[in-house]
Amino acid sequence: MNTGVRYNGALLHGGLLRRLYHRWSLKLLLSELLAKRWMEPAIPFLLMWGLIAYFAAVTPNYASFANASALGRQFADMGFVVMAMGLVVISGGIDLSVGAVFAFANLTALMLLQMFHLPVPVVIVGTLLAGGMVGAINGYLVGYLKSRPFLTTLVTLIILRAVVDLLSQRYSVPLAMGSDRSWLWAYLGRGLALWTVPSNLMMLAVVGLVGHIMLSRSRPGWHLTALGSSRKAARHAGIAVERTLFFTYVMSGLLAAAGGLFYAARLSSTGSDTGAGWEVNALTAVVLGGVSLSGGRGTVARMLIGAVIVFVLVNGLVRMGLPGPMTSTALGALLLVAVGIDMKWAKNRLKTIQKIYLNPTVVELRPAPSTAADSGTPYAENDRLRDSREIGLDCVEGPEDVILDREDRLYCGTRDGLILRFSGPDFSTREVFARIGGRPLGMAFDREDNLIICVGGMGLYGVKPDGTVYKLTDETNRSWFKLNDDARLRLADDLDIAPDGKIYFSEATIRYEMHSWHLDGMEGRANGRMICFDPATGKTQTLIKDICFPNGVCTAHDGQSILFASTWLCSIFRYWIAGPKKGQIETLIDNLPGYPDNINRASDGSYWLAMVGIRSPAFDLAMRNPGFRLRMVKQVPPDEWILPGINNGCVVKFTEQGEVVESLWDPGGRKHATLTSMREHKGKLYLGGLENNRIGCIDLPGADPDWNGCDSYWGKPEVARDL
Amino acid sequence: MSTQTGGLGFKPSQEQVVLGVTALLALGFAFALPGFATLANVLTLTRSVAILGILGIAMSVVVIGRGLDLSLVATMAVTSAASLQLLQHGWPLAGAMALCLAFAVLIGVINGFIIAFVEVPALFTTLATGFLIFGLGRVFLLDGVISYVPEEASALVWLGQGRICGLPSPVLVLALMALAVHFLMSRTTLGRFIYAHGDNPEAARLTGIAVRPLTMTEYALASAIGFVAGLVMAASTASMNTQVINSTLIFDVIMVVVLGGVSLVGGRGSVGGVLAGTALIGTLLNGMTILNLDNNIQNIVKGAVLLGAILLDNRLHPRDEETARQGD
Repeated sequence: MNTGVRYNGALLHGGLLRRLYHRWSLKLLLSELLAKRWMEPAIPFLLMWGLIAYFAAVTPNYASFANASALGRQFADMGFVVMAMGLVVISGGIDLSVGAVFAFANLTALMLLQMFHLPVPVVIVGTLLAGGMVGAINGYLVGYLKSRPFLTTLVTLIILRAVVDLLSQRYSVPLAMGSDRSWLWAYLGRGLALWTVPSNLMMLAVVGLVGHIMLSRSRPGWHLTALGSSRKAARHAGIAVERTLFFTYVMSGLLAAAGGLFYAARLSSTGSDTGAGWEVNALTAVVLGGVSLSGGRGTVARMLIGAVIVFVLVNGLVRMGLPGPMTSTALGALLLVAVGIDMKWAKNRLKTIQKIYLNPTVVELRPAPSTAADSGTPYAENDRLRDSREIGLDCVEGPEDVILDREDRLYCGTRDGLILRFSGPDFSTREVFARIGGRPLGMAFDREDNLIICVGGMGLYGVKPDGTVYKLTDETNRSWFKLNDDARLRLADDLDIAPDGKIYFSEATIRYEMHSWHLDGMEGRANGRMICFDPATGKTQTLIKDICFPNGVCTAHDGQSILFASTWLCSIFRYWIAGPKKGQIETLIDNLPGYPDNINRASDGSYWLAMVGIRSPAFDLAMRNPGFRLRMVKQVPPDEWILPGINNGCVVKFTEQGEVVESLWDPGGRKHATLTSMREHKGKLYLGGLENNRIGCIDLPGADPDWNGCDSYWGKPEVARDL
Repeated sequence: MSTQTGGLGFKPSQEQVVLGVTALLALGFAFALPGFATLANVLTLTRSVAILGILGIAMSVVVIGRGLDLSLVATMAVTSAASLQLLQHGWPLAGAMALCLAFAVLIGVINGFIIAFVEVPALFTTLATGFLIFGLGRVFLLDGVISYVPEEASALVWLGQGRICGLPSPVLVLALMALAVHFLMSRTTLGRFIYAHGDNPEAARLTGIAVRPLTMTEYALASAIGFVAGLVMAASTASMNTQVINSTLIFDVIMVVVLGGVSLVGGRGSVGGVLAGTALIGTLLNGMTILNLDNNIQNIVKGAVLLGAILLDNRLHPRDEETARQGD
């Protein structure tokens, strides 16, 4: 809608190119791309199409329907075997016997059909049973006896192969002689399901779809994936590890047997090379497709992508006339490279993302107005906050925002996710008003005296006067052209309510979580947004995107506009929500000497503004040099970083026209460092800070002793309502 | 290893159990099979089993260091076949041997490098390099499937067919190898380090052992010993058939090692154990051959024995399957 550059009235120095370079950083794109789950199969996917395109170009008639159909029929057999392997690999194991099970199933099907002359449905069931039985043996050995999957399935591979060779040699004559003319058998082997799609390929697609739904949408699938991710965690979560493993191997056996069944129907032959070495093909395919050998990561689609790559490659190499050993060498090399990349990638992925995620940009500010005590500016330092009275000293941790209700009770959120309420004379009674969780930040009362709260990490929540917590919203519309999913609210910061009941709130950043908000400052990028929630319709809508850390929000006294602070730009903006300028944004104040936080109404028609930190020339310089900040964040431990000066307490008052009239200071932040909020109530000013262990209170001489926020927003309570 | 005597009595080591089983099996065969308990057969048995024993010793070095080398047979076949081919092309014996030994060592170093530095699990690495060695060797190095020992290299043939004091020379080579590796593993720093590596790789690294170069050394050693096994094999038939790679020989080797008490979790076992395991498998194979059992049935029996050995090893030396990596 609008861009951050436009509000950045302080953009003065530096070339346009330099600014654009940092604003549209390629690294930013890359870091967000890498964090995407769909990026992992992207490379195999491209490789697959590249290979197909290559062989289509060098082989005549490769891309014809007839050839595609024939290849598809051959591919389907392997597809089943690869899925059999893939499932087991996702569960953190390995099944090297898939190729042997495939051959065994092929033999079983042929024997049942040709030697025992059983009807085809019985043959199908019998073959699948045989495969499932081998799977059950593997599953029992690996799951219950806890033997090593690699060696165990290697042994079952040897034994099974020997059995297949023995039987096919002994019964070679009857196996080759009989032949069944059942239409079902013919359909399995040679039929077309749709148009030119072979029946077995269709079946593979159906099984793949079912497998995908099972893996990603069902309880057994989740259990299986959990087992691969962390066996210990899975056991602690109460998953029956042994049983799940057992059934995973059974499923693997069934899938490999299904492949063998179709192979039997297609070729009606058995030999010692049936499915020989397929375990390596399948393993290569699975790892190439992006199913991690460390388990827990992978989808059916990835397995099949890998299967296509291996199939097309082997098939293509054979067609090009390469000798057999060369093909197996190529596969061996491919396996080695794929596993190597998988191991390194699984180990370093998060580290890589972490390394390139932070992308500082240029933030240019004019020299800050002086805050020296003798400077004569409205920002001149004084010690008017020094003699504040403490409320709840050491009984409250990090009251980011404070607010008072009509009965003069004081509310604040804390780091532990509680809403505390102080009442009685001198606010000596402390009670837990509500338990929300998350990090409660900005607060406001609505017309019905519900306390509306922005909860960092959760969203927008409400607390009824009786203490019941309810959710207002935790998501907004997703923007189409952002890689990071910005639908969820990550860091709802402050809110205010317009006269029509609409709730306007800021989300400080969509790239960082609450605990690393200062990293967003290191980045200085326009990552935040203003969002509106309409309680009447229940709809949430992003109003303004790309704001540089929007923080405090306040409805103007006349209810026509919303004021919001942009912390890293040291500016206050006005957004018109009614009247002739509706929808427009204008800069109200820029070049503040500190980093603005919450804004609240004052009794005399002006506004209070808390400064969370004070600018320094050194940090301003750092903000102008993204490269410097990047090197600092990468090379220096966090406690040595240059950060905004937060060892000060400062509250500023400004008028409707944006003119700063006075400031209240606690130099050195002895009582109120990192001051984030202040609330005027009946002639007193209450102070809260993100890192404070108290709430402060000072008298405001000359302020209206009856003025309070609830009346200012919603009018004085009618007497009738009280009765 | 050494005999442990508990409070109540005698507790045999795995080595002794295996030797006992071997004796019982041999006794059973001797009664049941005519021709088993003859001197000629015993010599045949020891000769045929010697190669398996040497390969077992090679494998045990890696397994004690918590690894596994599935490419051992491929290395053995390709390097020894290459040396025969060099002899065919008129190379001197010593030169051909030295070059191919270096080649074997190089293969081992590459294996170890991929395992130690790229951190690909040993099973996957050696599975893949097995294919690579065989394929590349067949396509680029070797002229045919079978390489023959040339007439001039009669000294090499002695290695497989000669005798000293009535003992077949393969057995002597096995004894020599066993002694050398036993000395290496039990009396030298390198040996101690390999045990430490297998027992607890993380602890070994923390104590300052250069674990990654050590891994490369282990695989290089295994490949070098494998090359010797290949020479003996080539010498006893005066030829080297690279098709041996497609046989189940590598599983026989694993079986010998695991049965001999060299646990797959690493850090345990000794050369003596490998010899005991070799004796058992040799007796078994010899008996089955005399029984004239079908090759497939032999494979089934061997598979069953190997499965039993792995399960037993798993029972005796359990590993933490909750923290185990894939392919451990």
